[in-house]
Amino acid sequence: MPRFESIDHLREYRRQLMAKRDANQPQVLVCAGPGCLPMGSEEVAAAFREELEKNGLAAKVVLKECGCHGLCAGAVRVLIRPQEITYQHVTSEDVPEIVEKTLKEGQVVDRLVYEDLHTQEKAAYKKDIPFFKGQMPIVLRKLDIIDPTSLDDYLALGGYRGLRKALMEMKPDDIIDAIDHSGLRGRGGGGFPTGRKWRICQEVEDEPKFIICNGDEGDPGAFMDRAVMEGDPHAVLEGMIIGAFAIGASKGYIYVRHEYPLAVSRLQLAIEQARESGFLGKNILRSGFDFDIKISRGAGAFVCGEETALIHSMEGNIGEPSPRPPYPAQSGLFGKPTVINNVETWANVPEIINLGADWFANIGTEKSKGTKVFSLVGAVNQTGLVEVPMGTTLRQIVYDLGGGLRQDREFKAVQTGGPSGGCIPAQFLDLPVDYDSLQSVGSIMGSGGMIVMDTSSCMVDVARYFINFLYQESCGKCTPCREGLKQILFILDEIIHGRGQEEHLGLMEELCNAMSAASICGLGKSAVNPIRSTIKYFREEYLAHIRDKKCHALVCRPLLKYTVDPETCTGCLACVRECPVGAISGKKKMAQEIDQELCVKCGLCYEACQFEAVKIE
Amino acid sequence: MVWKISDETAYDTLGDEVRLTINGVTIRAPQDQSLLVTARQNGFEIPTLCYHRDLPSEGQCRLCVVEIGEHPRTQIVNSCTYPTQAGLVVQTHSETVVQSRRIVLELLLARTPKAKLIQELAAAHGVYESRFKTDDPEELCILCGLCVRTCREVVGVSAISMKGRTPDKQVATPFMEKSSACIGCGSCAFVCPTNVIPYTEKDGIRTIWGRDFELQACNVCGNYIAPKYQLEHWAKITGDPVETFCVCRDCR
Repeated sequence: MPRFESIDHLREYRRQLMAKRDANQPQVLVCAGPGCLPMGSEEVAAAFREELEKNGLAAKVVLKECGCHGLCAGAVRVLIRPQEITYQHVTSEDVPEIVEKTLKEGQVVDRLVYEDLHTQEKAAYKKDIPFFKGQMPIVLRKLDIIDPTSLDDYLALGGYRGLRKALMEMKPDDIIDAIDHSGLRGRGGGGFPTGRKWRICQEVEDEPKFIICNGDEGDPGAFMDRAVMEGDPHAVLEGMIIGAFAIGASKGYIYVRHEYPLAVSRLQLAIEQARESGFLGKNILRSGFDFDIKISRGAGAFVCGEETALIHSMEGNIGEPSPRPPYPAQSGLFGKPTVINNVETWANVPEIINLGADWFANIGTEKSKGTKVFSLVGAVNQTGLVEVPMGTTLRQIVYDLGGGLRQDREFKAVQTGGPSGGCIPAQFLDLPVDYDSLQSVGSIMGSGGMIVMDTSSCMVDVARYFINFLYQESCGKCTPCREGLKQILFILDEIIHGRGQEEHLGLMEELCNAMSAASICGLGKSAVNPIRSTIKYFREEYLAHIRDKKCHALVCRPLLKYTVDPETCTGCLACVRECPVGAISGKKKMAQEIDQELCVKCGLCYEACQFEAVKIE
Repeated sequence: MVWKISDETAYDTLGDEVRLTINGVTIRAPQDQSLLVTARQNGFEIPTLCYHRDLPSEGQCRLCVVEIGEHPRTQIVNSCTYPTQAGLVVQTHSETVVQSRRIVLELLLARTPKAKLIQELAAAHGVYESRFKTDDPEELCILCGLCVRTCREVVGVSAISMKGRTPDKQVATPFMEKSSACIGCGSCAFVCPTNVIPYTEKDGIRTIWGRDFELQACNVCGNYIAPKYQLEHWAKITGDPVETFCVCRDCR
């Protein structure tokens, strides 16, 4: 890799790179994203390597292990270019057939392609799969085609063009104007206008200034930032360098959680490559601008995703938030002005600079521009990462992209924005998703988690799950969040155990009001969303638990009652053998009975019975 | 720019006077002084638990919250860290504020039912018993962090710190072991509003944070002054010989 001494040098290098690359050359792109890697992408890639070698195709076919392909439900995924054939559930045993049929003969291996669950129609090409059709990838655009360890791959797709434009054609003020004009808002959840944040920091007269990339993604079930850091690390770096130039920062940090070792090593490699090529370090591209980036690893506290807590953690102090003002843009890391943005925000920056603020501002809704990456998980058929324009409705995301609910169950709620998001019921399925509309129905955009729930979920149990998570992760600094979450958790436990009272609902609402008003940081302020939204939209469910002592979704174990239907019971004693507490008794070949006093409601009898004689209510 | 929330002790270093409104009354106060101090100087009562005039505020207790801005765009902020600014409209006893304070006190009363300070403060806000669950009826620590801040900012040794998260969080020495940084000065116990930091003195030995400190007797009257270790610490930071500190204040 050469060190780029000038813009012409970079342009010339890119031209040569493009000339060397044949767009029609066959490529095998194995997904090595967060979803596919544990399912065996490495074995699949190794099998391809071996098979290509065996067939003498190693020189002809390009094999790459890429970032996330998106549709994680089909792990391990393989994309064959230039035809854009996608295969799913690929194992190393399938590889010889793919090489033989697709790479040699140009045919599609039918059994490995996507099949629509309802129509049974098969779709071999990426463009035909509904999951990909409704998407508009900007941040995820390059993930499934580039090798994240190759700077050449990034350059060949126009990488560092945004930086070149920013350094050569724009002044810092122009960059901030462009970001401002594009309408980009913080993708970490707060939705603060990025341009305004940069402007505040730029205008503070203090040196040095810092740039931080917040990669402390901690929401359960969310992996958007991880996929970007692992799959397209240079995009994050490029965004940061542009940002640094705009605000006049000399040093940048990427705060990545320790649980993302692959993201750390990919970013580290990308930083080294960027230093070697002159995109980082002294006198970047001979523009006179100096900037360098370091990785700082988080130790795994959820609250460290909050910007002030993150900064304290980086300084070596306890990762607890502090009251604002001062805002980090005024006084952040080591008391110096600091711009802190989320991974996805940074990854949007190069494209905005490269393609223009107008282009970006044309996407999305009036107040929320651009696209948003969601990790679509839960009870949908097609789980994975989706990137859609702001304003796409929940219905489109759940039904068109997600392929509807598993086993055609009925939709109950979707929880957006991580553990402190609200549960949105079916009546709002046609809600266009953006920062403000989500807030209007009691939820948040958050960093983009989207958990779909069907009727088998009990909303009291769901609320308890999230409150328990937040309770454990509350840093304990301020009283309302620390003590309030504990008391809400206690009340939910009472309700789940059939000891709930109707006053409890009002008490929880009172607690929610105090927590959202008086907590220091976003964790405590937004922790009330799961409670408020479930009480508002699923009040009957709480009342069923409290008044009737019933959990209609059959989830809250203490409220369940197991009985044996004497009509269907054959007296096979299968349940008797399974029961760990000896609660089931009766004669052989006669109907059995469950002693409710002894029963621990483990459900083993229900599973053991082959005649569906054990009933739950 | 260093953002510093100033205190009344440093009045002369403050910025220009600005006008703001508190509970409908227009007042003048130095810019950037904390809203809490501004309000108190002008006779507006705001309750606090974790505030101390000699320590930097960190906003833990959330009792000092006030509402700023005008309907409908109002915001709840903690007055101990929020700077006084021109044109601010502040309400120290709006409905939201009073309700938040009551819930916070009710939560603290459930946490530390036997703490006298909390009982009194809660009663002053009309909270006589808590509807919430108490885990440990003997608990006295309200996690205000005054001890930790005193040890760090006033004593300058940082022998104790907060440990853990959630309501199980506690003040502790590193790894819960005897701290070699502790000088046995007892400032933490002195500043503690609920008297929860255990500390005994017997036969010329002070025991605090699990460590025994030999006390120095006054060279003149023979009364105990302070732990020898603390006097050595003073000698070290002042550069004076230890003997200077071996005479008690009364005999000097």
